[in-house]
Amino acid sequence: MRALMLIAPLLVFVLLSFVIPIASMLFRSVENGIVSETLPLTVEALDGWDADGDQLPDEAIYEAFVRDMVVAIEAKKHTRLGSRLNYEETGMSSMFRKSGRALKKLNPDTDGPFKDQLIDIHDGFGELQTWRVIKTHSVEVTNGYFLNAIDMQRTHEGAVSQPEDKQILVKLFIRTMFMSLIITGSCILLAYPISYLLATLPMRVSNLLMILVLLPFWTSLLVRTSAWKVMLQQQGVINDTLVWLGLVSDSARLIIINNQIGTIIAMTHILLPFMILPMYSVMQTIPVTYTRAAKSMGATNWTTFWRIYFPQSIPGIGAGSILVFILSIGYYITPEIVGGTKGVFISNRIAYHISSSLNWGLAAALGTILLGVVLILYWAYDKIVGIDNVKLG
Amino acid sequence: MKLKNTLLMAAACVTAAGGAMAEEMTIVSWGGAYSKSQLKAYHEPYSAKSGVTILNDDSSAEAVAKLRAMNEAGNVTWDVVDVVASDAIRLCDEGLALEIDADTQLAAAPDGTSASEDFGDLLVSDCFIPQIVYSTTFGYRTDMVGDTPPTDICAVFDLDAYPGKRALEKRPINNVEWALLCDGVAKDDVYDVLETEEGQNRALAKLDTIKDSVVWWSAGADTPQLLADGEIVMGSTYNGRLFSVIEEQKQPVAMLWDAQVFDLDGWIIPAGLSEERQKRALDYIMFATDTQRLADQAKYISYGPARASSAPLVGQHAELGIEMAPHMPTDPNNAQNTFLYNYEFWADYRDDIDAKFQAWLAK
Repeated sequence: MRALMLIAPLLVFVLLSFVIPIASMLFRSVENGIVSETLPLTVEALDGWDADGDQLPDEAIYEAFVRDMVVAIEAKKHTRLGSRLNYEETGMSSMFRKSGRALKKLNPDTDGPFKDQLIDIHDGFGELQTWRVIKTHSVEVTNGYFLNAIDMQRTHEGAVSQPEDKQILVKLFIRTMFMSLIITGSCILLAYPISYLLATLPMRVSNLLMILVLLPFWTSLLVRTSAWKVMLQQQGVINDTLVWLGLVSDSARLIIINNQIGTIIAMTHILLPFMILPMYSVMQTIPVTYTRAAKSMGATNWTTFWRIYFPQSIPGIGAGSILVFILSIGYYITPEIVGGTKGVFISNRIAYHISSSLNWGLAAALGTILLGVVLILYWAYDKIVGIDNVKLG
Repeated sequence: MKLKNTLLMAAACVTAAGGAMAEEMTIVSWGGAYSKSQLKAYHEPYSAKSGVTILNDDSSAEAVAKLRAMNEAGNVTWDVVDVVASDAIRLCDEGLALEIDADTQLAAAPDGTSASEDFGDLLVSDCFIPQIVYSTTFGYRTDMVGDTPPTDICAVFDLDAYPGKRALEKRPINNVEWALLCDGVAKDDVYDVLETEEGQNRALAKLDTIKDSVVWWSAGADTPQLLADGEIVMGSTYNGRLFSVIEEQKQPVAMLWDAQVFDLDGWIIPAGLSEERQKRALDYIMFATDTQRLADQAKYISYGPARASSAPLVGQHAELGIEMAPHMPTDPNNAQNTFLYNYEFWADYRDDIDAKFQAWLAK
């Protein structure tokens, strides 16, 4: 009890500022109350309508729709519903916005019948697809966003694939995973010798080296990314130097930015300290006596390293890899700036849906999948390497 | 989300504290040279006149998402927000912006013309008060195009006559229109064609012909930097950015005004403000969008005022001392062939075509 009291402030803080917001954001990936809340009568009436048939809904449904819409327009909710349905069927947004003015004038009690009037107001009300979309997306808890997130869609006939020319998200998920692995790998390769030097050199020199590692770490992410642009572009520092040295001809300057190479280089550089620091702190704890003992018993340098030193440094590699991998699959701004078209990640689409299209349901579904994948990988890592084999120092 | 919540909480504390001091308002804009022009033309004279302290927040790029989050949290901390017209329409649809009656809530022109007539077609949404007309257009390196500088938008698609890289924005809007235009579609038919599956594919097929030579930008500052470094031979960006590359930084760059796409930027007032704050915001809007104020802004940045009555009042640049009228996208010489961003169309088709466009990019 006393222990609970002691951690209570922190617990409340974590709950309020972390667990609840994340949970509520993730919940949006299935939450879909807007259709049945805005059009309650219509949704009820559509229950009896056969979406697979080729008959338009009957007059009762059109009347229910007018009743719902008059209330919705009064509350200015019809355009919001239009935006929601436009995620599923292009054209719904303007249909709801445009028909709002005309619908507002109708009196549900006296102006019937409505079917022909509505079709007059907007052709869309005379199309089967409109009613199918409303019916399909009237459920309060939907799998629609998750289907969208894996390049499928919810239709009246069940889940079907998106047309091929709109399939992009699965590809981006795979690319994000693949490139994050490459970035983690290149971080390991680059960080290992540096960490080794840091851990074995005399204090004075290693302190200086440490500052060199930390200095970029303290520089703004945007500054570092933009600096890479200046370095890597075709008229940039690296290409200029190569041309000057005569290694590359002026007409065949290397393309090392606005593609995957650019993303890998820039992100490896940015995430390198997250690999070096855990490696360094683990390597520091490896006693020199072990390697000396190995050598004194006739082991070669390589054997000493491979059989004695390396196994003891694995916990550092593990910790660094988890850090770098998890950070990199969520990276957004660096791929956006140096990634061009082939180097962008899934997080760039999440950002688009959060801030441009306002399709937060889809963004939440993408985020949930990303979180799920990380948890699965973490679990796999635990099975293969063992999580107690990870040390930060 | 965690960060956002913390920020919201922090913002809530700030407002709670600020509420007691009264006479203070938060205006959200884009930052940089643009915010500076608003500070000089609007904020400073308004503060001098009314005594209201104006706090600036450079969050316009994320305004739609943030306003929605604030609205859901029930605590809107912004009083007036500068957004592009398409965002204003989205905010209005979502019920996040206040509807404005132009004739009663905005100032009439000096000659008595009503505000709704003075702004004319530019009042594209019930919630939106237009401020400037800007355009997305091309700039090219004068030293990289030989003796025949481009005069036609289709130079962008002509790799034989103008070899080298081009910069285009990493989104379908504008690019697909230009592609169709250069694929032989008449200007008036562009959106009819784009509504169809074949039309969209046709636009992408045209873009395919230059895909390998395109650098895709996502920030307005990219193209000016790429032009200045000689990375690209031509590129699209906002005309004000090109103005500063040409006139302020004196780079060998010139404008290709052909088929420039006009877009609007202006104010919205968030829905759900307290009566007192709403009154203050409306008072500011009334002042800041009158004829003289809109003309004043053009002294600091090369964007055209949204009122017809402001155009004759546009004078010289405040620091460079050059005549601003010829640099306005709306100047008759520059505006011989223009598009107006089709808000209705893109509100419907943006997500659909964007998905196709991104899939095409990744191919």
